[in-house]
Amino acid sequence: MSVIEHEGLLYQGADWDFGTIQRIHDAVEAIGVGELGLDVYPNQIEVITAEQMLDAYASIGMPLFYKHWSFGKRFALHESSYRQGLMGLAYEIVINSNPCISYIMEENSATMQTLVIAHAAFGHNHFFKNNYLFKEWTDADGILDYLEFAKGYITRCEERYGHAAVERVLDAAHALMSHGVHRYPRKKRPDLRSEERREQERHRHQEQTFNDLWRTVPTKGAAAKPQLSEERRRALLELPQENILYFLEKSAPRLQPWQREILRIVRQIAQYFYPQRQTKVMNEGCATYCHYRIMTRLHDRGQISDGAFLEFLQSHTNVTRQPEFDDPHYSGINPYALGFGMMQDIERICTQPTAEDRGWFPDIAGSGDTMAVLRDVWANYRDESFISQFLSPHLIRQWRMFHLVDDPDQPELLIEAIHDERGYRRLRRSLSRHYDVGWSDPDIQVIDVDLAGDRRLILHHHVLNRTLLHKDDAQRVLQMVANLWGYAVVLKEVEPATGAIFQEHVAHPHETLF
Amino acid sequence: MYIIDRRLNPGGKSLANRQRFLRRAKAQIQRAVRQTAGDRDITDLERGGEVSIPADGVREPGFRRSGEGGVHDHILPGNKRFVEGDTVDRPPGGGGSAAGGDNGEGEDDFRFVLTRDEFLDLFLDDLELPDLAKRRVATVETQGLRRAGYTVTGSPVNLALLRSMRNALSRRIAMRRPKTEDLIRLREEIAHLEEQEGPSDRLTALQLELEQLQQRTKRFPYIDPIDLRYRRFEPVSRPVAQAVMFCLMDVSGSMTEHMKDLAKRFYMLLYIFLTRRYKHVEIVFIRHTHEAKEVDEETFFNSPETGGTVVSSALREMQRIVEERYSPDAWNIYAAQASDGDNSPNDGTTSAALLRDEILPVCQYYAYLEVGSDSDRMQTGFINHKTSLWQTYESLQEQGANLAMRKVNHRREIYPVFRELFRRRDAEAGARVP
Repeated sequence: MSVIEHEGLLYQGADWDFGTIQRIHDAVEAIGVGELGLDVYPNQIEVITAEQMLDAYASIGMPLFYKHWSFGKRFALHESSYRQGLMGLAYEIVINSNPCISYIMEENSATMQTLVIAHAAFGHNHFFKNNYLFKEWTDADGILDYLEFAKGYITRCEERYGHAAVERVLDAAHALMSHGVHRYPRKKRPDLRSEERREQERHRHQEQTFNDLWRTVPTKGAAAKPQLSEERRRALLELPQENILYFLEKSAPRLQPWQREILRIVRQIAQYFYPQRQTKVMNEGCATYCHYRIMTRLHDRGQISDGAFLEFLQSHTNVTRQPEFDDPHYSGINPYALGFGMMQDIERICTQPTAEDRGWFPDIAGSGDTMAVLRDVWANYRDESFISQFLSPHLIRQWRMFHLVDDPDQPELLIEAIHDERGYRRLRRSLSRHYDVGWSDPDIQVIDVDLAGDRRLILHHHVLNRTLLHKDDAQRVLQMVANLWGYAVVLKEVEPATGAIFQEHVAHPHETLF
Repeated sequence: MYIIDRRLNPGGKSLANRQRFLRRAKAQIQRAVRQTAGDRDITDLERGGEVSIPADGVREPGFRRSGEGGVHDHILPGNKRFVEGDTVDRPPGGGGSAAGGDNGEGEDDFRFVLTRDEFLDLFLDDLELPDLAKRRVATVETQGLRRAGYTVTGSPVNLALLRSMRNALSRRIAMRRPKTEDLIRLREEIAHLEEQEGPSDRLTALQLELEQLQQRTKRFPYIDPIDLRYRRFEPVSRPVAQAVMFCLMDVSGSMTEHMKDLAKRFYMLLYIFLTRRYKHVEIVFIRHTHEAKEVDEETFFNSPETGGTVVSSALREMQRIVEERYSPDAWNIYAAQASDGDNSPNDGTTSAALLRDEILPVCQYYAYLEVGSDSDRMQTGFINHKTSLWQTYESLQEQGANLAMRKVNHRREIYPVFRELFRRRDAEAGARVP
């Protein structure tokens, strides 16, 4: 201890123990909170083994999760590529909860632990706590309790109704997971803690209330009820509805209460992860920028050695590498690289603006207080709006970005825009659209139910750029929808402008399934 | 900030997920296991290992846009020469350029590693091994006790007297507990002094010393609970005995690959059964045409021969090997013979006599497996076509010989045959078990 204090180093060599971790955390906190002004949930750092990291990986990084074969598949995939050395493990997993849980692997060196703590326990943590999407949609206080409830509930269902029956519902729910989110805020924030209690209440309520769909069940002798007006009926069913899971949970006439609850659980979890899908670039950019600032500062203050700093720089550059499009390693735009690049670019604009920057970013150029600007950015944007607001000509030139359009009606690919005066805004707009989940997920909505006839459910896919759905997959998923709905389902792929129908998929339920 | 060490948490959290996955992909995995088992050595069967299944069967579908058709656009980094309005040839393979529309859901085969038990379960499951029999196979192992040093607790029966007394002695010496004879001597001397001289300094000193010694004696008992030692025993599993398995096969030209595969599967089952029952199992492969030879597994299953068929040559070879290496007193001898049933006409009696008089008396079990081709399945039920070997063995069975016989045409018929063997064994349990 005394030696270390003399030299000011937090640790020497690669070894660490819990005392080291504590010192590292405190030093990182002093910089992160004290100097950068980060605002974080309390941290909980958990040391785990590589095998446990594989486990955590397999279940979408959550510490407790219900059981499903797909997690086993994911585990087997990761395990085999990890054992063959094809894949390194992530150094950390961080969970959006309060306290914020970060897993660190025991194999990491002391420098890596410092990096991970700066990255996850401060960078991601700050982002989770302050970004408006996470505030709006996730409940950091309740998530772990809710997962516990979900796990227990599904286990009980398996005991009561059998593995196969539960698996069928889960499979279907998973297939619809990306169509199981509300995209616009509701009246109140979700409170996952009370979900379990509400499940009981809902159960009672549903037993007592009348489901409109039952009106259509033919009954002997009863006089035919007057038909509801078209509009009224659709309003009752909350149509059109893009949250397919929500619609099925509420309105599918033949589902058992437990099946509805499972749909609800999957939907809640999809909703919890929805902000993460929309903020990948920002979230990683924020964490990477924070760890870079913190590590550099630690080095400046003489708290980590030159060797440790080099070790850090090496993994940092690995993470933020962006191969060019003709590089064999190219596999799309690396969110770490783009996020970090943009954060650094904002720093440059704040501190050393050019005339161009002043023209493009009059609000922040030369403001000098980088952190205040970044904190504001992290709090109030998502990837799509962030890029459309802050991707600068400077960075576009630096990356030498260009826009390539592939129109099957044309014989060749077209370079639509490049990094020049005419191209900046077009490039920025196109790139930001790539990160708009509402744009990249196919737009599929429940349009109507044929209540008077055979209770057929009608879905529309609003086709974008004439890109139809993957046919096999669409048919499979539609089959699952039909099984849940209990009656036939038709999915029409519609050109939104003209209303022309490109394609129709139909599925009939397997009577034996539910 | 809290730091929590989770490393000691029980691992294998995804075991349940893994089992669900195996159940899910069972059909495909089973096919893969069946294929793998065919390529494997008999003794290697229990190893587990990697299998690969088509990824398609375990795909998780979702509504996603197809990669083909429609307008796609990409923002790419690293432009070197393009200017706006340039056109580029489509890269071969249609689709877009580097950034595909796929969600990383590869269509490659899906490879993963099965554990030994998983592999075996799937392999046996393929043969429809009922749970009941599996349990029986798995539990045949005797437990024994073995001396394993001493312990400080135990039941009085196990008290190690000698060791306890020795401990007591060392303790008494170490604590310098007065010896009885010293005390006696001291008392005598005191008595002597009292008689002779009356009170004196020496007497007082001696009395004081005696008093101290007596106190010390009381403080350090002759035997103390901490001296006690008990004999400790630990359970060990003992091999029941050792076993040798003879694989006899006719390899004349009439034996097809299909037949050999059937035979191999039967031998595999037998091997698994034996290794679970015995600690030590040896295998002897004997193949024969008109003459017999002991060979290794590779040759046994893989090299084709032609020539006449003389079954008795194999029996004679087996008899020779038993005499040389496997005394029936020390070894449990099993034999399985696979053949398509042809034998040269004049060999029947010889074989029957050899079996009845020499082989069967030393064998725990002798199984005869007649393998047929897939196509002549229909015959078995209706047309009672009996091969010459079958007739020979049938007559032996009628005389009460301990012989199991079955005709097998298809893989799935192997297990029932195998089970038959062990049901018989159960019925007369004890009678022949050493």
